[in-house]
Amino acid sequence: MQLNFQHIQAAHCENGVTTNLLQHMGIHQITEPLAFGIGAGIFYIHIPFLKISGGPAISFRTMPGQIFTRTCSALGVKIERKTFSSKEKAQQFLDDCLAKGQPAGCQVGVYHLTYFPKEFRFHFNAHNLVVYGKEGDSYMISDPVMETVTTISAHDLERVRFAKGALAPNGQIYFPKTSEPVSEERIRKGIIKGIKHASWFMTETPVPILGVAGIRFTAGRIKTWRESLGARRGGLYLAQLVRMGEEIGTGGAGFRFVYAAFLQQAHAFVKRDELLEISKQFTAIGDLWRASSVQASGIYKGRMTEQQDFNVMGDMLLNIADKEKAAFKALYKIKW
Amino acid sequence: MKKDEIPQDPSPLDKFTKEVCYAVDDKGEYTTALSRGWQVKADALGITWEEAQARTANAREKVKNGEASPILFFMELNMMDLPIVAAYTGFWQWTIKRHLKPDVFKNLSEKKLQKYAEVFDVSVEELKNTNPNAA
Repeated sequence: MQLNFQHIQAAHCENGVTTNLLQHMGIHQITEPLAFGIGAGIFYIHIPFLKISGGPAISFRTMPGQIFTRTCSALGVKIERKTFSSKEKAQQFLDDCLAKGQPAGCQVGVYHLTYFPKEFRFHFNAHNLVVYGKEGDSYMISDPVMETVTTISAHDLERVRFAKGALAPNGQIYFPKTSEPVSEERIRKGIIKGIKHASWFMTETPVPILGVAGIRFTAGRIKTWRESLGARRGGLYLAQLVRMGEEIGTGGAGFRFVYAAFLQQAHAFVKRDELLEISKQFTAIGDLWRASSVQASGIYKGRMTEQQDFNVMGDMLLNIADKEKAAFKALYKIKW
Repeated sequence: MKKDEIPQDPSPLDKFTKEVCYAVDDKGEYTTALSRGWQVKADALGITWEEAQARTANAREKVKNGEASPILFFMELNMMDLPIVAAYTGFWQWTIKRHLKPDVFKNLSEKKLQKYAEVFDVSVEELKNTNPNAA
């Protein structure tokens, strides 16, 4: 059995799942950047004392599931979301969904995701995909970061749905249930809400590891890495920072380009010219993130190993923090 | 980033897919384009793998010298750390730490070994008789 589901490739997995599922239920205005912006997906956090695969715990995106939840709630779409302790029940629920003609979003771990190349299979549990059909023992998968659809065996799907460790998915399944037709006005309100949320979070939270302050925190840490970890491990930490912001499924430059695209698209719904101006600022910020990645690569490639090089890297992040602060403040201050 | 500046470097993605990038076109409008990959992040991935392999080799050496049980080798081979192994097996982290000692490992029950074997995707035999030289 195969549902008629249109696969659209996206830069980021959860944006893609959200967009594709909403499009499937007939909300065609939604694009990936709109889902990302309305869902206030842009974020920054650096959790000290916590290590992920032996490196710093840094994230450029909100908690998994938030983008979908916020976008749907802003658009007035009712959602179903379930986690399971029983693997059998999880599969039964998925099969029932498909039988009812409902493609389902699933949170999965990538370590056992058989169709990923080996190089990308880490213990990372916040990947998202859509299951849209079942043929014998294999499920049909629309993985938004891939160009084409694929399949996975029932056994492997169960494995990835019940991956363990940080952010364990516990078989999480979600999809939009019902919706009234979504009006332009509704989208407009959602956009404003999303911008308010993200800009508040990035600039107004008085926690030194969140938002813009978090970027500053990372910058300070980077300058100490050579001393405390040595050039090689310091380089590995930087490689982790780069992977968090640039690797496939992130949209590149820590989502800043996707956010710039969102502001531009938002302008079509909310006629505020500031948005176009701030969108340009975010494009410039994205370019700065990429320049910082180039600097980091010099260090982890072993070409530059002096304290001076780590300082330059830290200063680049401080500069980014200043630019982001200005841009998010400008968004925060808009009187709607 | 301008559309024509999107990097198209060879990368481990080549056999898998191309990825979507957002970039601005000549008129300053955002659009999407596909990218093969970017050397900078291919290097970041590469060095992470080198590190994982070095850790595995190190663990292999330790098992060979009788400083650690084969569990350490399989942990590193699967890029797992204590919290992840604990989550998969249901053992406490300190229990696993104990099981990393060769003397304790020798006396582990079949049931416990079975749990580890499942997590590491090997048979109990392979887990017990890992010949680190051959692996």
